[in-house]
Amino acid sequence: MLLEVKDLKTYFATDDGIVKAVDGVSFSVEKGKTLGIVGESGSGKSVTCLTIMGLNAKKNTITSGEALFNGENLLTAGSRRLREIRGNDIAMIFQDPMTSLNPVHSIGAQLVEAVQLHQDVPKKTARARALELLNAVGIPRAERRMDDYPHQFSGGMRQRAMIAMALVNDPDLLIADEPTTALDVTTQAQIMNLMKSLQEDFGSAIIVITHDLGVVAETADDVLVMYAAQVAEQAPVERLFNRPHHPYTWGLLGSLPRLDADVDRLVQIPGQPPSLLRPPSGCRFHPRCPYVFDKCKTVDPPLVGISDDPSHLQACHLDEETKDREAAKLLAATMAQAS
Amino acid sequence: MFRYLIRRVLWAIVLFFVVTLVTYVIFFLVPNDLASKVAGQGSNQEQRARAIHYLGLDRPVYVQYGRFMWRLLKPKVVHAGGVPVFVLPQGDLGHSFVRATPVSTLIVSAAPVTASLVFGGVIVWLLIALPVGILSALRPRSLLDRTSMTFVLIGISAHPVWIGLIFAYVFGFKLGWFPISNYCDFINPSTDCGGPVQWAYHMFLPWLTYAILFAALYVRMIRANVMEALNEDYVRTARAKGAPESRVLRSHVLRNALLPVVTMLGMDIGIGLGGAIFTETIYNLPGLGKLALRAIGETDLPIVMGVVVFATFAIIVFNLLIDLLYAWIDPRIRLS
Repeated sequence: MLLEVKDLKTYFATDDGIVKAVDGVSFSVEKGKTLGIVGESGSGKSVTCLTIMGLNAKKNTITSGEALFNGENLLTAGSRRLREIRGNDIAMIFQDPMTSLNPVHSIGAQLVEAVQLHQDVPKKTARARALELLNAVGIPRAERRMDDYPHQFSGGMRQRAMIAMALVNDPDLLIADEPTTALDVTTQAQIMNLMKSLQEDFGSAIIVITHDLGVVAETADDVLVMYAAQVAEQAPVERLFNRPHHPYTWGLLGSLPRLDADVDRLVQIPGQPPSLLRPPSGCRFHPRCPYVFDKCKTVDPPLVGISDDPSHLQACHLDEETKDREAAKLLAATMAQAS
Repeated sequence: MFRYLIRRVLWAIVLFFVVTLVTYVIFFLVPNDLASKVAGQGSNQEQRARAIHYLGLDRPVYVQYGRFMWRLLKPKVVHAGGVPVFVLPQGDLGHSFVRATPVSTLIVSAAPVTASLVFGGVIVWLLIALPVGILSALRPRSLLDRTSMTFVLIGISAHPVWIGLIFAYVFGFKLGWFPISNYCDFINPSTDCGGPVQWAYHMFLPWLTYAILFAALYVRMIRANVMEALNEDYVRTARAKGAPESRVLRSHVLRNALLPVVTMLGMDIGIGLGGAIFTETIYNLPGLGKLALRAIGETDLPIVMGVVVFATFAIIVFNLLIDLLYAWIDPRIRLS
């Protein structure tokens, strides 16, 4: 197992109280595989990954649990060791390529910096490596363009450059935090295809954080659905789309807009995501859940495996029969719309 | 890059004309008793009329301005060994009414004093503002941050005259550490005092006084800029690359956070060269501010005009320099 996260908790102390941004999240990523993490804004997806990378501000942050990377707990690693790992073993791509590259350094210089931070090589060698990667991510005329500055690149090109920078040291794990959200649709597809093909070439494992279920369906091997700082459901990708077992996942799948369906209004999950300062009692989804019953309001459902497939985890009090029925209904409705 | 330079220079020239025209109009159209000044207190009507005519003050204002600019900018060929080498503007700013000295001579002797004060002051305030501003940004709400914010509040609220008098009293009069008046030439030991050591010794209190207000303003600005830059996505990217904090700060945070400081510095130097009136007055430094202040008291308008022209020139030149410097350090400006 490349990365094993166990009962990860990240709390932020604010003036209003403790914000439980990540509250007991566990998952694992295998070598060369892709994990998709989905959820609404503020569900703790990004904070989970920033915590693993040790990139949260230290001040007023309380972290507990374990994040074992090749057996080494990243949460207790010293800052020097974390710096060695960051950018070398675990690399990260961020949401907004417009602001994630430094405007006053050329693209090439930023890649060279990434190489030289981890490899004791002369600048010329680092530059050659940078050029190789820029070519690999499909920057046209990369040799000339590597001395350009970020503002001379389009959004898609910048994200390609970010990917090149992340892969320049051959990381074992690539964390992509909403890598396509800031891009237009055609560019999104290009970037996702690029990441997939690079994964085959480089053999990196990938964590894709997204709120786009389409991205998950296309790229992920496993999916983690997060709601209000906790895991609602975790399953291999086909299973999640074919037999979702959590009402929140149903809501997400049901609210996917479809070009071919003739609807007046977009379907949405009613209500707002809860405050992480004072999360609801019991199941955190209960105030918005159409299937809610008494137990949901008081007892927090544990994340447990489904009887016929222990790799499919979900946290919901509903009985499996009902869930199977509702999942089948949802699937049938989607199929009907599609045909 | 070349086109950018040309454009900036052309703008600077236009700006120079506009600013001098406006000041000219303001200074020469305000009611004043120039005639008696030039012709003397006991002069009669006819003598005054002659004086007015002699000065060209009976002509329309645009003619006066035209003449003024012509005298200032009339090309003068500079010869080296009998061969014309290049052309310079004549730079004639006219004569002082009161002292019958060419204004340009007065300005040439006063400008180095002001320049010493301003450039020394810039170094002092940067030496204070850079470390304090950066450290406060890195440790917001810390003891250092709170202390520096108190300093900022005092520095901005207290008037330079008051600060200057306090410094002169405490460090000069009471403790006797520094001289409290007069200027010593940097190069030329013409009188009993001169040379770099005496120069710096005499300038220390003026520098400190002049720098306090700017140091306070710059601490606040640098702190805000650095704090903002620390939250930028590209700083997170740098950390995610595994860059050590010192490198993150130097190469990513400060490179961006200090860009606006360069602009401010250019403007403040330009403005300062127009005369740091308060500081020069307190420490009795014969700089441009003092020159202008005395000229205003004596309604010696050519001198006032001369200082204004010089200040305008300095401000424009420094803004131009900063524009060019900025284009060099900020790639986004360079190519757009």
